[in-house]
Amino acid sequence: MSKILIRGARVLGGEPQDVLIDGGTVAATGAGLDAGDAAVVAAEGQVLLPGLVDLHTHLREPGREDSETVLTGTRAAALGGFTAVHAMANTFPVADTAGVVEQVWRLGREHGYCDVQPVGAVTVGLEGKHLAELGAMHDSAAQVRVFSDDGKCVDDAVIMRRALEYVKAFDGVIAQHAQEPRLTEGAQMNEGVVSAELGLGGWPAVAEESIIARDVLLAAHVGSRVHICHLSTAGSVELVRWAKSKGWNVTAEVTPHHLLLTDELVRSYDPVYKVNPPLRTEADVQALRAALADGTIDCVATDHAPHPHEDKDCEWAAAAMGMVGLETALSVVQETMVETGLLDWAGVADRMSFRPARIGRLTGHGRPVSVGEPANLTLVDPAYRGPVDPTGFASRSRNTPYQGRELPGRVTHTFLRGRATVVDGNLA
Amino acid sequence: MLRLPGASPRTPGHLISAADLSRDDAVLILDTAEEMARVADRPIKKLPTLRGRTVVNLFFEDSTRTRISFEAAAKRLSADVINFSAKGSSVSKGESLKDTALTLEAMGADAVVIRHPASGAPYRLATSGWIDGAVVNAGDGTHEHPTQALLDAFTLRRRLVGADQGTGRGLDGRRVTIVGDVLHSRVARSNILLLHTLGARVTVVAPPTLVPIGVERWPCEVSYDLDRVLPTSDAVMMLRVQRERMNAAFFPTEREYSRRYGLDGDRMSRMPGDSVVMHPGPMNRGMEITAEVADSDRCTAVEQVANGVSIRMAVLYLLLGGNEPAVTHSRP
Repeated sequence: MSKILIRGARVLGGEPQDVLIDGGTVAATGAGLDAGDAAVVAAEGQVLLPGLVDLHTHLREPGREDSETVLTGTRAAALGGFTAVHAMANTFPVADTAGVVEQVWRLGREHGYCDVQPVGAVTVGLEGKHLAELGAMHDSAAQVRVFSDDGKCVDDAVIMRRALEYVKAFDGVIAQHAQEPRLTEGAQMNEGVVSAELGLGGWPAVAEESIIARDVLLAAHVGSRVHICHLSTAGSVELVRWAKSKGWNVTAEVTPHHLLLTDELVRSYDPVYKVNPPLRTEADVQALRAALADGTIDCVATDHAPHPHEDKDCEWAAAAMGMVGLETALSVVQETMVETGLLDWAGVADRMSFRPARIGRLTGHGRPVSVGEPANLTLVDPAYRGPVDPTGFASRSRNTPYQGRELPGRVTHTFLRGRATVVDGNLA
Repeated sequence: MLRLPGASPRTPGHLISAADLSRDDAVLILDTAEEMARVADRPIKKLPTLRGRTVVNLFFEDSTRTRISFEAAAKRLSADVINFSAKGSSVSKGESLKDTALTLEAMGADAVVIRHPASGAPYRLATSGWIDGAVVNAGDGTHEHPTQALLDAFTLRRRLVGADQGTGRGLDGRRVTIVGDVLHSRVARSNILLLHTLGARVTVVAPPTLVPIGVERWPCEVSYDLDRVLPTSDAVMMLRVQRERMNAAFFPTEREYSRRYGLDGDRMSRMPGDSVVMHPGPMNRGMEITAEVADSDRCTAVEQVANGVSIRMAVLYLLLGGNEPAVTHSRP
């Protein structure tokens, strides 16, 4: 494999140095490294991060290839600076067997843009009734560690308890989509001042918080690991903070959109802002940022949810829920966390690479940028600022809430085990 | 809605929300409706104003009352009327709102009157670029029903101020109480906004389960006690309460609802002497209103229906008619 010398990059935002990649690993770091026969990437002024890891991606294949495929989704991931994504289980068929997770995992490997780590369903068909063969999925080639019925809540307390207990055998984690189903029947947006005016069915914060409260207690009771998907309310932050203060094994993620957008945007009735959990209030946004900064929330996860145009080009109630996010995640995090002084670039590396990799028990990702480590790396130009242009997305879908919005930062290069998947902002 | 100086509606050229109406807009509509009402007293009830214009009634929900009211209004203005009934959600029909809109646009609709079960559908129609014509919201989900609020305000102004004395005036200082399923009511939302704009003091009364979270930001008072509010109400507007709500635990039984929030003769007797009882229809006699009240002189339900045609004439005229006078009065 060819050698690559990254010249003058600020590793994790620190002092400029050179990083030599050779044979899929970081071969040398330091100032003034000899390029020799290596290809040189001039990276002065840019920030070098460990390849980003997404714990929450919807790749839609198999079943909804009209909205995304493993190929288009991993291309989008690479452009967004990701070297590993966790593919959610709500496909058709559902990823609830070893066969489906192995297929998705293999597709990722074959395409080679980004490692795809399948998430296994907790229950058969995501129906919340019978445990899926979690052990078989773990033992498969995909080595599944994260299990989730995402899109649906494992609302039955007994099933949740059993799932938490069962995955202890192979150090798995249950990633809960916290949504009390009865409290959210017909829910269309955050329940509050705006929903009252717009006459849209409310999705109350308590529907998320009550499930989180139950599940951290369950995880503590059975001594297992629970991960909270797309945490979205100030109250949820308080619960996770409390659970962590007890020393319980609880982790949580926040999406980029919940760090930036509020339910005021729903006044447009534009379904591009329709997402689950819904956009919340400004107070929630500020609480989420603070929690990500202080580590109460462990990581950023995109909840990249592609939908075809027709599923958003309609009235609000008929529209699908979700937003694409892989290609804008780092920019939104820079805007909301770095530009505001809440996180430095080392903090970004921690919340978008180290910690999500650790939660997912990925061994080859989320590693320090140091000699001998796998060369999964992302180079970002933090000085860039420009409008989001969805026509340039690699994702098959365009349902971004950021169209035309000016955001900072641009991924210039992504390296997957030493091979460039993105060069100068374009797919290699 | 209208292009009057000083107004800054979100949807100029359309009528989507009562919130988009300035006080001047609203008074102009009421005054115009008063002129239209005089036409209804003539032997020939028709004006040539919208001759050659096409008004489409696009109804995704059954509502014969509202549809025929708009139809009568458009026909009295000599517009061509197309009724497009697309019952059920657009999705279950397989055709999207967008494709329906594009079809109407191709047919040259000058105005689209839309009733839709999804809150915000008229706003989408007006702002999506799918059509050029004026959009009139004839009720969207649990959001708004602005022409109902206008006809209610019109009825109130006639009753409480007077048809002639009211011209040019609002409802300043009048106390209006809205009772019932505020949570699910587009009529309540539009009325609260419009009545506030016109200077009235609005109180909503409902069991707490039927008051939305977030109501504290609305321009109204909230009470759970009907009997305390009645003696100071110039008008009481009874909302239709669907019996099925009790299955979702909004209230225990019909009887309990009627006892606590229904209007019967005994309660009506505790209202001020010249106060009125309103109902947007259709009424659930025996539920939110007793027959005794519904059939009393104080109840304006039938007047409201007649006034609805005048208000809808005024709205269509003001949106489509341009600057020509609506009514030419023959000189002696």
